[in-house]
Amino acid sequence: MIPGVSIREVNISKPFDVEAIRQDFPILHQKVNGYPLVYFDNAATSQKPNLVIDAISNYYKLYNSNIHRGLHYMSEKATEAYEAAREKSRAFLNASSTNEINFTKGTTEGINLVASSYGRKFLQPGDEVIISTMEHHSNIVPWQMVCDERGAKLRIIPIDDDGNLLLDEYKKLLNNRTKIVSVVYVSNALGTVNPVKDIITLAHEAGAVVMLDGAQATPHMAVDVQELDCDFLALSSHKIFGPTGMGILYGKERLLEQMNPYQGGGEMIKTVTFEKTTYNELPYKFEAGTPDISGGIAMGVAIDYINSVGYNKIAQHEHDLLVYGTEVLSQIEGLRIIGQAKEKASVISFLVDGIHPYDMGVLLDKQGIAIRTGHHCCQPLMDRFAIPGTCRASFAFYNTTAEIDKLVKGIEKVKTMLL
Amino acid sequence: MTINEIQDQIVEEFSIFDDWPEERDQYIIDIGKKLPALDERYKTEDNIVKGCQSTVWLHASEIDGRVYFEADSNTVITKGIIGLLVRVLSGQKPSDILNADLYLIDKINLRSFIGSQRSSGLQMMLKQIKLYAVGFSQQAKQA
Ligand SMILES: Cc1ncc(COP(=O)(O)O)c(C=O)c1O
Repeated sequence: MIPGVSIREVNISKPFDVEAIRQDFPILHQKVNGYPLVYFDNAATSQKPNLVIDAISNYYKLYNSNIHRGLHYMSEKATEAYEAAREKSRAFLNASSTNEINFTKGTTEGINLVASSYGRKFLQPGDEVIISTMEHHSNIVPWQMVCDERGAKLRIIPIDDDGNLLLDEYKKLLNNRTKIVSVVYVSNALGTVNPVKDIITLAHEAGAVVMLDGAQATPHMAVDVQELDCDFLALSSHKIFGPTGMGILYGKERLLEQMNPYQGGGEMIKTVTFEKTTYNELPYKFEAGTPDISGGIAMGVAIDYINSVGYNKIAQHEHDLLVYGTEVLSQIEGLRIIGQAKEKASVISFLVDGIHPYDMGVLLDKQGIAIRTGHHCCQPLMDRFAIPGTCRASFAFYNTTAEIDKLVKGIEKVKTMLL
Repeated sequence: MTINEIQDQIVEEFSIFDDWPEERDQYIIDIGKKLPALDERYKTEDNIVKGCQSTVWLHASEIDGRVYFEADSNTVITKGIIGLLVRVLSGQKPSDILNADLYLIDKINLRSFIGSQRSSGLQMMLKQIKLYAVGFSQQAKQA
């Protein structure tokens, strides 16, 4: 058996038992500032199960080798494990071929790759790229850069006060100059789940391609790229319980074929002479240099782990956490939830009257509760709400309602300290 | 009082919190709450100290060879920390401010309070304080 290629079927039919799941995550069982850790910063990065941690250490202990080049035993083994992770990633997103699965450093690199390799090639002066008000900076800046370079225009889909995208406004923005629509599937700052299926259908009718920022969708729900019919989708391994430094860019093969490589170097070539280089086939064309081998293998194990828990159970548990959290937090006097979209993932952004998010974050940390404060890399979104930032509690399937109770107590305590 | 005398005094004050970290936090918060608000006319773009997650305004003036600092922040904890620094450094001679060894920060464990991301904000503020001291000592030399 190849280490790191494993366990898809294990405990597939077990009922959801959050305490048992927590046992898989060693980091959760520690005290911070004298209190048992409550980790509610999952939208920033998720924690890793033992299987993922072990996959990394096993790789280095047992078969560390460069891939796709050696023909010795360990290199074969590493290549096999790495490519098995590609197949797992394909199945994870239901892509039709592993040629459509490009390994990247993460969502940011995936978006940059498309902006650079697709945008540069296909955007003409006067063309338009549509994004939304609630984008992460990583889905704003790459488009600004390529639009500047190509003389194209960036158009922004507005949102309402609850954090819903305004689909009618989106329809008005679409026209025959629209070449690319790039939107976040699930907002990291508000939790909004956007109606991406409609967004994609409408874009295709207008002749545009659609990129989805899947960074915050994939931790919470099954994503089927064929069903959605998106053209590109980027995600980060570290948000789906895998290691940092790794990610997936899905792209339709037909489009990837037309694009130029993103970076040049080893791995991505077929033949090199000083006169001319021919590029390697997909997916290697976009993977210059030695990749994060252990990261890829361990991301595959994270995917196995998610499958073993099951997205339906994850979604149910997180929905319960969201409903419970929204209810009990709303009861805190002076607390206002930012982002009350109809469809939400388990993310609650909030502000408490008279308390700066920074003070809230520091003082909750003193009680062992990790949340995120600030603009969440969404400055234009914060401007839309005319706020400098929020406090954000983001839940994963290993969180519990008892932890939410601690958050509520923690906030009450911060209020007594500050007000 | 000299800079070190004030630092020692603060360290002494904080020693009662050795076993009560929460009380210490509350103490810093209370300093922040009591810190007089900076006059709006000093809350200028020029007086903003960059690098903090929270906004800090620092205003300095010189009277009879001594530098006086007034500072403010939009967050209470930061105000508490700058309140302590102002207490130590305000009213001192530029040369003393420049040469000050602020052992207070480690002795009362302010760094634990402010974290690495935010202590870089603190570093920026200290740098700004020293820059003012340099500015005023040069003015003094030219006069
Ligand atoms: C919605 C969204 N998009 C993109 C990113 C960027 O992901 P990464 O930093 O892993 O590239 C994040 C991460 O914070 C995110 O939440």
